[in-house]
Amino acid sequence: MATTTHTLRAKHRRERLRTLAFLSPWLIGFTVFFAYPMVSTVYFSFMHYDGFKPPTWSGTKNWTYVFESYPYFWPALRNTLWLVVIMVSLRVLFGLGIGMLITKIKTGTGIFRTLFYLPYLAPPVAATMAFAFLLNPGTGPVNSILEKIGIPAPGWFNDPTWSKPALTMLALWGIGDLMVIFMAALLDVPKEQYEAAELDGATPWQRFRYVTLPNISPIIMFAVVTGVIGAMQYYTQPLVAGKVASGVIQGAGTMFEPGYPEHSTLTLPQLVYNLGFQRFDYGSACVVALVLFALSMAFTALLMRRRGGLIQAGD
Amino acid sequence: MTQLLERPVESKVPASPAERTARRKALLEWIAIHSLGIAAALFFTLPFVFVFLTSLMSDSQALSRDLIPHTWEWSNYRKVFDTPGFLTWWKNTLIYAGLGTVLTVVSSVPVAYALAKFRFRGRNLTLMLVISMMMLPPQVVVIPMYLFWAKQLDLSGTLWPMIIPLAFGDAFSIFLLRQFLLTIPNEYVDAAKVDGCGDLRTLLKVILPMAKPGIAAIALFQFFNAWNDYFGPQIYASENPGAWTLSYGLESFKGAHHTDWNLTMAATVLVLAPVLLVFFFAQKAFVEGVTLTGVKG
Repeated sequence: MATTTHTLRAKHRRERLRTLAFLSPWLIGFTVFFAYPMVSTVYFSFMHYDGFKPPTWSGTKNWTYVFESYPYFWPALRNTLWLVVIMVSLRVLFGLGIGMLITKIKTGTGIFRTLFYLPYLAPPVAATMAFAFLLNPGTGPVNSILEKIGIPAPGWFNDPTWSKPALTMLALWGIGDLMVIFMAALLDVPKEQYEAAELDGATPWQRFRYVTLPNISPIIMFAVVTGVIGAMQYYTQPLVAGKVASGVIQGAGTMFEPGYPEHSTLTLPQLVYNLGFQRFDYGSACVVALVLFALSMAFTALLMRRRGGLIQAGD
Repeated sequence: MTQLLERPVESKVPASPAERTARRKALLEWIAIHSLGIAAALFFTLPFVFVFLTSLMSDSQALSRDLIPHTWEWSNYRKVFDTPGFLTWWKNTLIYAGLGTVLTVVSSVPVAYALAKFRFRGRNLTLMLVISMMMLPPQVVVIPMYLFWAKQLDLSGTLWPMIIPLAFGDAFSIFLLRQFLLTIPNEYVDAAKVDGCGDLRTLLKVILPMAKPGIAAIALFQFFNAWNDYFGPQIYASENPGAWTLSYGLESFKGAHHTDWNLTMAATVLVLAPVLLVFFFAQKAFVEGVTLTGVKG
């Protein structure tokens, strides 16, 4: 009896060691690239630090600076709200629409699917550069065509009221990820339910409302929440679009402050860059980083609470 | 469509009026759906077409509002390749993407396997932390990380601050691969154990061969991530043009040629093309990966 508990304990210890060994790359990564910098970010948010002189305690000065005096913070938050309300909902609607379209297309399905999916793969910098060209007010093909057919052409990335709609078009162009996800969900809807609805004489709208929608609502939720997280973390596209449209030449002694035109493309991650690497105010950069962290984690928690979604039961 | 093609054969038998209206309705629906499909296809492809056409225009024509080149200046592509640095950006991107992908796969596989197939206390917590890391934008921890790489290890101006972390498991890859490994029945693991395989051998000899599609998916994603990364090079490599990657260099290319849309678009095509080519060769793994990211439950 004593020996069996002994071997059992030894077995448990062996299993624990084995688990640790398998997890070790991640445990190191988690400590060095997540836990340590998170603690450090909190620490620096209370310090005055410019990267040259040693950091000094500054209390809540960085926090009040960011919330009260830093001119970019509230515009960035307002832009994020705009992106969440308009860009995310349009992306979900468009993604669902394209997903439904692709399930209805019977001829050349493969070609259509590939064509619809390709833009999603375009590297963000290249895609943004392409749209900055397509939509440039001077010689861009979109405005050339609009003017030819007599529609007043907007200034797109050069006009504060049109820069976010232009970014939204770019985001709709890269709808491929949502298309694939919605397509898979739509094909998973049990056929019998449609047949039953048909027998009951349901109109197409009723079929969509009472069969399709309830079946795919978890996926819509998933698309909305990941979309919101994406909108809060939106970085490369607005930064590059602003930079390219402003015409600031890199390395010519000028420094591009993000947000062109008129703060309309500012987002929170750009503020971390602006404060930390352009103004060398590491403390305030860490304050914005923590706001970004809190928002991201709040929505990630929402995502994880959904059962059968992100976390699928193991075993 | 097959039904439509078969119609002439069927129609030898006289159709009832009801059947005929049903067919006409189906035909109209087919036309409507496919017209919409073509309209959508134009929206998705025309940007590529205009970018490509502009990349072939002469310098003077690129300043006009023309849509189609008068002369096809293939030499634009040569000019891009001759730009100082362009080949270095290519080389750096391949190192970052290639080495980064290998390291990611090697370090993420055992972690994903443990999360999918071992029972241990704290497994759900670990998984939740992995997902949190996956959802964390790099800007949140960039200040301490930059100080760590630049001030303590003196590695800014190199690719290493972007590559080394990938040797310690990438959260997204771990998560995606775990989802895939869950679909492999546990009986395989148990059977291997009965045959006397240790855990490492079970993973390498039994699970890995079955997990090939999942591994292909994370490798592809990681390759594209590195290829597309703009923030990493901007923070760690910007001070040294010798360490720039394509995504970062492309934007500076625009800065240096700010009126030459033709050259900028040629450079853009050269950044786009490899990604699209890789996709054509690995389409299945890719689409599978997208659906695996948490939706299929």
